[in-house]
Amino acid sequence: MKKRLTMVVRSVEKIALDTVEMVLENAYIAGNAKPGQFLHLQVEGHTLRRPISIADVDQEKELVVILFKRIGTGTKQLAAYRPGMTIDAIGPNGNGFPYMETMKTALLIGGGIGIPPLYNLGKELMERGIHVKAVLGFQTKAHVFYEEKFAALGETWIVTNDGSYGHKGFVTNVLDQTGQFDNYFSCGPMPMLQAVTEELRNKQGYISLEERMGCGIGACFACVIPANEEPGYKKICQDGPVFAADEVIL
Amino acid sequence: MTNLGVQLPGLTLKNPIMPASGCFGFGREFSEFYNLRKLGAVIMKAATGSARFGNPTPRVAETAAGMLNAIGLQNPGVEKIIAHEVPNLATYNIPIIANVAGSTLEEYVNVAEAFNQTDAVHALELNISCPNVKEGGIQFGTNPGMAATVTEEVKKVSNLPVYVKLSPNVSDIVSMAKAVEQAGADGLSMINTLTGMQIDLSSKRPLLANKTGGLSGQAIKPIAIRMIYEVKQHVSIPIIGMGGIANAQDVLEFLLAGASAVAIGTANFQNPFVCSEIIDALPAVLKEYGFASAEAAIGKGHVEE
Repeated sequence: MKKRLTMVVRSVEKIALDTVEMVLENAYIAGNAKPGQFLHLQVEGHTLRRPISIADVDQEKELVVILFKRIGTGTKQLAAYRPGMTIDAIGPNGNGFPYMETMKTALLIGGGIGIPPLYNLGKELMERGIHVKAVLGFQTKAHVFYEEKFAALGETWIVTNDGSYGHKGFVTNVLDQTGQFDNYFSCGPMPMLQAVTEELRNKQGYISLEERMGCGIGACFACVIPANEEPGYKKICQDGPVFAADEVIL
Repeated sequence: MTNLGVQLPGLTLKNPIMPASGCFGFGREFSEFYNLRKLGAVIMKAATGSARFGNPTPRVAETAAGMLNAIGLQNPGVEKIIAHEVPNLATYNIPIIANVAGSTLEEYVNVAEAFNQTDAVHALELNISCPNVKEGGIQFGTNPGMAATVTEEVKKVSNLPVYVKLSPNVSDIVSMAKAVEQAGADGLSMINTLTGMQIDLSSKRPLLANKTGGLSGQAIKPIAIRMIYEVKQHVSIPIIGMGGIANAQDVLEFLLAGASAVAIGTANFQNPFVCSEIIDALPAVLKEYGFASAEAAIGKGHVEE
């Protein structure tokens, strides 16, 4: 169940160009968050909370890791938080990634700041003995993060749009190199998700979506996406952010 | 004990605090945070004759001290709201106010009639001020003649008290208020959002898919206070005040301006407990400023001339 909580900042570190890793302490979130869920964070002085997905948890140390890009005033201000400061958070929000324990191999496909929730998922899948492979796309070499962490989970392909590191192009360019897998799990910008779901239309996959949110709990209808079944829409914050690839209309 | 109770046509409120339409859905999500029984009343998300999907996304954008929204009246339609949402809200035993929207005069009348046939709804809020739909809504809310007509027609089919929600996107709010009062409105609800726009520098295009949206939040509070203050001097029907309320001090300011009760909107997004916290904080704030009850503060901001 989601709650409104106070989280304590333990560290803030720039890990790639414009990309910040923040470690927060809170026993409830660390103990209850599932891969794919997100936190709705109140940045001081801002009317709307910021939805940021959970990249990692350490239940024992009661720590939660989030990654975000410094894009607007809210995330820039968040990046300036210092260890010891507190953040008002609502969470854990959303549904998280579903998977069958019987799955043998999972392919993770992430783009840019959509990659973080896949790391939390990959870790959990590996702990359950499920084989993990990952394709990670970034704009340039300077944007690359978590390469070693994913490599520790399984075979990992890095793609950069400009070819400055790893394979050149888009994540869809290397999908044919990844071999067999049962299900795929993807998060990233909308054009990437459209290309991935089209390319892998014969596979069962799950995608995590992002959208500008209002309340973040399902009341305001700001973050809806058209869906195939009645009533014709899903709320990303409440019904998602993870959907079966054929459930929503991208 | 400070008495928070207020009396409005058709509504006996144990406190003057209610969530505003569109910012609280039908209560389900917020009931996970606190018991809605505590609220003075609840105003439901707008209902139209049939289901509406609303506008494309992005539908919200943050602004300085506020936000823009262009949801576009997404709702499952009045029949489904009556069948599934009203019974759930009714379990909290608080007055339910149904927000009535439409694209045509006929749609407003039909939606009002449907709510009127249920026992669980206590009042109607006539939404003639939504800035985010192409047809209806604000056209009725910016023309005194059309506002009066829709009020009259809805009053004909409704035994429930009708509160008309006014738009601030007009040059003369007092003439709008007078027009609907003369047409039979039992009360006013004000203000709805102000039309605004934000342009995204990286795409060089309006950020909202609908281009324009309704501005809400703390930024609009002085406008709401001014409009309520002006209208209060010219009408005798009660006002439910709204626009940027974030704490109990703001509530007192609205009461002083002339509101008899208030609705909390955007602040629910930042803090889902805000209505509950304001109800807890209000007695001490009233007492601090010398009021023995909420009713005692209503309209006291008006200078006797």
